[in-house]
Amino acid sequence: MIETETKITPAIAAQHGLTAEEFAHVQKILGRDPSITELGIFSVMWSEHCSYKSSKAHLKRLPTVGTRIVQGPGENAGVVDVGDGLCAVFKIESHNHPSFVEPFQGAATGVGGILRDIFTMGARPIAVLDSLRFGPLHTDQNVTAAEAARNRRILDGVIGGIAFYGNCFGVPTVGGEIQFEPCYSYNPLVNVLAMGIARREDLFFARAKGPGNPVIYVGAKTGRDGIHGASLLASAEFSEESQQKRPNVQVGDPFMEKLLLEACLEVMRTGAVVAIQDMGAAGLTSSSCEMASRGGLGVEIELGRVPQRETGMTPYEIMLSESQERMLLIAQRGREREVFDVFSKWGLDAVEIGRVTDDGRLRILENGRVVADIPAHAIAEEGPVYKRPIAAQKSMQAAGPLVEFAANGADLNENFCNLLASPAIASKRWAFGQYDYMVRTNTRVAPGVGDAAVVRIKGTKRALALSTDGNGRWCQLSPRIAAMHAVAEAARNVACSGARPVAATNCLNFGNPEKPEVMRQFSEAIDGITDACRGLGTPITGGNVSFYNETLGRAIYPTPVIGVLGILDDAECALGMAFQREGDAIVLLNGLAEARGAINEQRKSFSSSDYAKSIRGIVAGGPPPIDLYAEKALVDCLVALAAERVVKSAHDVSDGGLAVTIAECCFASAGFAAQVNLESEAPAEFALFEESGARAVISVQSDSLARVQHIAAQYKVEAQRLGTVTTGEFCIQLNGQPAIRAAVDKLCKIWAGSLERSLQNELQNE
Amino acid sequence: MKFGVVVFPGSNCDEDAYHAVSAVLGEPVEFLWHRSENIPGCDAIILPGGFAFGDYLRTGAIARFSPVMHAVERFARRGGLVLGICNGFQILLEAGLLPGAMLRNRALRFLCRDVHLRVETTNTPFTSVAQRGQILKIPIAHMEGNYFCDAKTLEELGCNDQIVLRYATPEGEIEDSANPNGSLAAIAGICNRERNVFGMMPHPERAVEASLGSTDGLVIFRSMVNSLGHSARSTAGKTAALA
Repeated sequence: MIETETKITPAIAAQHGLTAEEFAHVQKILGRDPSITELGIFSVMWSEHCSYKSSKAHLKRLPTVGTRIVQGPGENAGVVDVGDGLCAVFKIESHNHPSFVEPFQGAATGVGGILRDIFTMGARPIAVLDSLRFGPLHTDQNVTAAEAARNRRILDGVIGGIAFYGNCFGVPTVGGEIQFEPCYSYNPLVNVLAMGIARREDLFFARAKGPGNPVIYVGAKTGRDGIHGASLLASAEFSEESQQKRPNVQVGDPFMEKLLLEACLEVMRTGAVVAIQDMGAAGLTSSSCEMASRGGLGVEIELGRVPQRETGMTPYEIMLSESQERMLLIAQRGREREVFDVFSKWGLDAVEIGRVTDDGRLRILENGRVVADIPAHAIAEEGPVYKRPIAAQKSMQAAGPLVEFAANGADLNENFCNLLASPAIASKRWAFGQYDYMVRTNTRVAPGVGDAAVVRIKGTKRALALSTDGNGRWCQLSPRIAAMHAVAEAARNVACSGARPVAATNCLNFGNPEKPEVMRQFSEAIDGITDACRGLGTPITGGNVSFYNETLGRAIYPTPVIGVLGILDDAECALGMAFQREGDAIVLLNGLAEARGAINEQRKSFSSSDYAKSIRGIVAGGPPPIDLYAEKALVDCLVALAAERVVKSAHDVSDGGLAVTIAECCFASAGFAAQVNLESEAPAEFALFEESGARAVISVQSDSLARVQHIAAQYKVEAQRLGTVTTGEFCIQLNGQPAIRAAVDKLCKIWAGSLERSLQNELQNE
Repeated sequence: MKFGVVVFPGSNCDEDAYHAVSAVLGEPVEFLWHRSENIPGCDAIILPGGFAFGDYLRTGAIARFSPVMHAVERFARRGGLVLGICNGFQILLEAGLLPGAMLRNRALRFLCRDVHLRVETTNTPFTSVAQRGQILKIPIAHMEGNYFCDAKTLEELGCNDQIVLRYATPEGEIEDSANPNGSLAAIAGICNRERNVFGMMPHPERAVEASLGSTDGLVIFRSMVNSLGHSARSTAGKTAALA
């Protein structure tokens, strides 16, 4: 029997976020009342963040198997066979709430957490991408000056935090996206994707083996930071007092993490390590009971031996601390010395704090006194699973009045310039220029010059491509279609770089799952991801669900972010988006190759576009229809063209439509412009700025054009010459009439400096 | 001829420097752990980029006390070639092997991008195969690269031809707009009076393969190989003559 100072009542359990039913389940598992330490352990492990209790039932629908998939969801990260005996280990994770409460440290520890997930599997991290969402940076009728100022501070802090951690750790931050919508004002999204590389036989898994084997604690000392980060920060809505939760945010030390990386990879090579897991969310609790549970064994830990940086910590605090840069490993009995020697070389703590047992229990002792004794499997796997109520499917209705296409009077030139300067479209160099995107000297396609980031694998001919994507505005209007678009665009981006998309990871950012409407969005998004991943051959290998993205009852747009991994068999075939030579033909690859619906359909899909939002102030209708066969055809076509090396650049058509796409190919280049003529019966604004999928703009040498069209025809993709790469003037004609015409330098300046200008001006005014 | 790349806790461009020397240049190279007290058999030492000891206290302030730095200092005094890249440059400043100090970039932000450098002197073992006035495109990646020294030191650097690289426009003009971090006199790299210790903020090891964007960094490494080759031959010649 465990002595306990206070009797744990359902009311105390409720303060820890456990419902009456969950508390009764705890009592049933234990056959008695829990101690306060046990209550803490259950409350974090059964929190939404750790247990996936609202999402589990739906996540089962995702496709997770494929010939290249070595490890799907359920481990620290997904593993994909990329050839040459090598595996890519990758996953995306959110750190949204901490980044709102304390942007710099929240984002920094978001990077640190996902990096540990990668190297705990024996893989050296070689790339990071960040998918970020913020509230508007400028004041307007819906955004107060104080709100805009806070959004700018959050942006500045998050970018600084990512740079601080990744740069020091020595992993290149090679890509990602940044978007702005009012719904993210009180709830920014910070989703970090990390990828590592390992030889297949060198992979490590977090499964305890061998009763009697020592459990060794390594890395930073345990403090009081981050207690209840998973349960209170990540698994509840926010209120005005949320800033008071700052003590729940962890503090990151990237130097410590770098040492931990090198020491862990070195100790893994000794062969003395049986299993290893990082202490992330729920710290020592989750790492110990998950390793025990996966191995079907137990673990006994003596807290008196845990390295602590503060005095007087209670067992409850030690078990729930989320201090960063810590790992728990299980070594072979008799080979502890080898483990200690490696960590001592790197100046890190390594202490035997317990042992593996065969009784299946997580037993926690404080100076010999048992303070918790729970079946490990029950905590890790028998948590509650909820089939939350789902609101009825809404008929796809317009959220407001649709765009009326302008008659010939619209100033397309001016609107185009404004669109280029809008935060959604403008260059993000201000942000990624603060990231070291070159360290490790593998970056073939750097941020801003290609649709996907491409990193080569030294010692092989291969390279890997990564892209993240997700359109919350579309998802608000139609979760299922938007989720499909997210997968399709990420895959298209990867294919534009020349790589074949092979696997995906997802970060699902949603509101409060106890609301049926949020669960409807979630369930539909899962269906969309499922269909698209099936259709495009990119199984989901893992990821993360982030619920409760609400502040003051205001939910974010449902925002599934998809990361897609692609393989380039020959790194030399990697493509960027930049036009390469004057006189090259500009060609539109079009998987749909069909007129895009009647005028009402056009109005509906156009009303959700960036143009409608930025120029007309309209967010309505729904995302463009999606055709997965067309998307797949385009992806296959792009990969074939890149492999034949007949294409000089490729850029998919997305935010801002065709006009913006062509402009970006110019801006990324060494000063080239474009002369293009579009033939279309659609209204001018639609023809220039609509955002339907399955399209990409490529540039090819004129004498390769026939070959390109021949290959495209094999994939039933239309390859239509639009114009020519030029210098000086950027000109798009519509049916022979000039629609957009301006000096390319001028346009580039508008696009390149917009974000920095707005931040500088506004920061000076503060 | 053998290169040694020092590894401090927190170095993170050590493998990149190793790769540049080994796989691209094809020269022998080995890692030197920061606790090594001597550096046997090395003809040139590279202090690589990164965040040695987390850059805590000040960049390079703790690394200079690592045992290997005593060996590097002895090696430098004997005329051995020492190249400090980025964090390595900062460590050389803290160790007193080069004059001056680094301030934070004037924008107070980490900066990662390609810059253009003008070769100010070819009278060093690190630029001997370059042309005077040659423009090199090489990336920077740092938070504290804003070089500073007092007026007297700056005058000496100038008089003694110790300013090796300056930030410049692609056309070779020294302009404020081409100075990414606010460095005094647009200084990107300096050598000591004896010309065998050289520090530069840009990363030449990141510019050695066309597929990654530039091969201009090869100039630095080829100059070193060239200089070492000459000195090896002349030493061999002297030995032969004496025999």
